[in-house]
Amino acid sequence: MICAVASGKGGTGKTTVTASLAAVWERPLCVADLDVEEPNLHLFLNPELGAEAPAFMEIPVLDPTRCTLCGLCAEFCQFKALSVMGKTLLVFPEMCHGCGGCLRLCPEGALSPGGRELGCIIPGRAGDTGFLMGRLRVGEAMSPPLLRAVKARLPRDCAGARDILLDAPPGVSCPAVNAVMDADVVLLVTEPTPFGLHDLRLAVEAFRPMGAALGVVINRAGVGDAGVADFCRDENLPVWAEIPFSRAAAEAYARGQVLADALPELRGRFTALMEHVLTAAAKRAAGTGEARHA
Amino acid sequence: MTGTIAVTSEGPELTSMVDPRFGRAAGFVVVDLASGKSSYVDNGGAQALAQGAGIQAAENVARAGAGVVLSGFVGPKAFAALSAAGIQVVQNVENMTVGQAIEKYRQGAFSVADAPNSKGGGRR
Repeated sequence: MICAVASGKGGTGKTTVTASLAAVWERPLCVADLDVEEPNLHLFLNPELGAEAPAFMEIPVLDPTRCTLCGLCAEFCQFKALSVMGKTLLVFPEMCHGCGGCLRLCPEGALSPGGRELGCIIPGRAGDTGFLMGRLRVGEAMSPPLLRAVKARLPRDCAGARDILLDAPPGVSCPAVNAVMDADVVLLVTEPTPFGLHDLRLAVEAFRPMGAALGVVINRAGVGDAGVADFCRDENLPVWAEIPFSRAAAEAYARGQVLADALPELRGRFTALMEHVLTAAAKRAAGTGEARHA
Repeated sequence: MTGTIAVTSEGPELTSMVDPRFGRAAGFVVVDLASGKSSYVDNGGAQALAQGAGIQAAENVARAGAGVVLSGFVGPKAFAALSAAGIQVVQNVENMTVGQAIEKYRQGAFSVADAPNSKGGGRR
């Protein structure tokens, strides 16, 4: 079972929830930080990290002696990674999205596959929990390819795990969509403020069509207004956990502690949240099975 | 004076203001210096790109047959593309009309750049 912890708005508590779920979850478990632009789950889980493995994306490398300036590749590329200017084919590797189309199209064999380093993948272990994270190279603009490279290692690095928790990047654009698209259950962490509601709406709109079971976690409950609760009721979105706004929670977070460990009174909420996730995943699996028979 | 010159412009007229952006310019007023005749090349296609606007704009300028570009800020990829096509770049042209920019160029008031003056991606 894969559970992605996502949000529209940043800073609502995705990592806080992921870390606490990891603390209470039934083993064997594997946890992955897919927020490759600013990974921070390791600061809470303190895993022993293994060797960093660089990740690459395929980009074209030009052999100018074979290029006839026919322009097929430049015409095909939607991202201006290739451009015929005067008597030169210019290659802008940083613009490439790695589709490989130009390599297939070139009739002269003037383009060969090279690699652009996206960042690195770092495996690890936090006690009895498997751990995996990606870290984007400073200067790299595209995070989805690295995020997919991290996910591609899940079957190997999380081989023994029954469940996988994914700490997703914020937002609802390509990085977030890539993070949640294989999940059975998506937890939407929000806060009861107009900002939280605005971005929760976007997240529901973006993630609902992907078919995962959705559940909401309201963090900092007690501040703001009833907008999020009203929205969840109107949209039939179950609220599976509320984490009360408290100075103690903020202090524990600032010390890099896991809430479920630091504040025992909250532990039960995360255990209950896990039960909700597992139940929703089981229901969804059963539903999918029936649909297949039909 | 001969040659064809392209000026990044907010509109199609010689009285339009110079658009200081190269890649995201609204368009280019293209002037044949010998005859003084001008035409307009829309740059909307480049404006619509998420990335690579400068490269697309450079292609538009090259297609228009210009040998010189007058603009405000040109990023590194656009500069490389224009250079590869043998197009001279004059930067830091702004706060004037296209006609005024052309006149200054005719008077030799501008110097050709040998390096981009912007980081590209819409950042100065």
